[in-house]
Amino acid sequence: PGDTSVLAGLYGPAEAKISKELPDRAALEVLLRPKVGLPGVLERSREQLLRQTCEAVILGVLHPRTAISLVLQVLSDAGSLLSCCLNAACMALLDAGLPLAALFCGVTCALQPDGTILLDPTARQEQEARAILTFAIASTERKVLMSTTKGSCSVEEMQQCLAAAQRAATTIFQFYRDSVRRRYSK
Amino acid sequence: QYVPVKGDHVIGIVTAKAGDVFRLDVGGSEPASLSYLAFEGATKRNRPNVQVGDLIYGQFVVANKDMEPEMVCIDSSGKSSGMGIIGQDGFLFKVTLGLIRKLLAPKCEIIQELSQLYPFELVIGMNGRIWVKAKTVQQTLIVVNILEACEYMTAEQRKQALAKLSGN
Repeated sequence: PGDTSVLAGLYGPAEAKISKELPDRAALEVLLRPKVGLPGVLERSREQLLRQTCEAVILGVLHPRTAISLVLQVLSDAGSLLSCCLNAACMALLDAGLPLAALFCGVTCALQPDGTILLDPTARQEQEARAILTFAIASTERKVLMSTTKGSCSVEEMQQCLAAAQRAATTIFQFYRDSVRRRYSK
Repeated sequence: QYVPVKGDHVIGIVTAKAGDVFRLDVGGSEPASLSYLAFEGATKRNRPNVQVGDLIYGQFVVANKDMEPEMVCIDSSGKSSGMGIIGQDGFLFKVTLGLIRKLLAPKCEIIQELSQLYPFELVIGMNGRIWVKAKTVQQTLIVVNILEACEYMTAEQRKQALAKLSGN
């Protein structure tokens, strides 16, 4: 725990290029840069996952014809990278003061071959797992915003992982609250 | 970030002259436009002397999420009432929007106490920009530092800091 870190920078709402502007809402663009190498197909698919999760919470209709850019740089990867990116994205949105409908957090579950559920697995645990599920959970009533699965698992196992993730989400939202409180009190 | 609101007085920086209209950066998501006729006593023959990089103090007449914001430097009766091009020298800096509202509240002690320290000119824009000009560069910078620090200082800390400065 603590070895995966992602740096997030949020720019906007700023003027959008005419080819990219949407007439009634803000256009969100996510760039994910890996630690080494050029961004590949995996980064592109993660960017789209992040983009659709953020679009679900950002109140884009308040800023039509603008562009919001979110840039994520992976500093170190020791497992659970996608949920780290989700958490970094949400904190960037909070810090920038963008209007949001809800906060969200990312939780990764690894389903081991014997059926036990591990939250926030390390890279080694991810490799040994039968399935890895990542959920983006909203702060209002712990609803699921995004879920992605790698590997195979049964429906009941997925429900169990989701319930565990929703419980873990409470801890993460408390962390958000504490960080913001520390930032704005001197 | 600042979101333009109709009626807000802001400080804009001229970024371009496009024919009869100036483009001003007001810190929002897009530049605001300002017509050359929107100054006191401006006619088609008598154009205001505005260059790229000048500071302008004006108010918004059009500011909603769907359209480009438009500014003017005259009020409803055609008088400039303090708006227009901000003069040479002085120092422009940014503060948070919360501090601006605190400074513009009816009885703001910060400005009263500062004015007892040195005489200075002050223009406050709702977009988080403040322009200060005092007699010397040093006095200007002292005023700037105090205003920036007021964000986090309590009233007693501020009075102590000002007492130290007026003692020097």
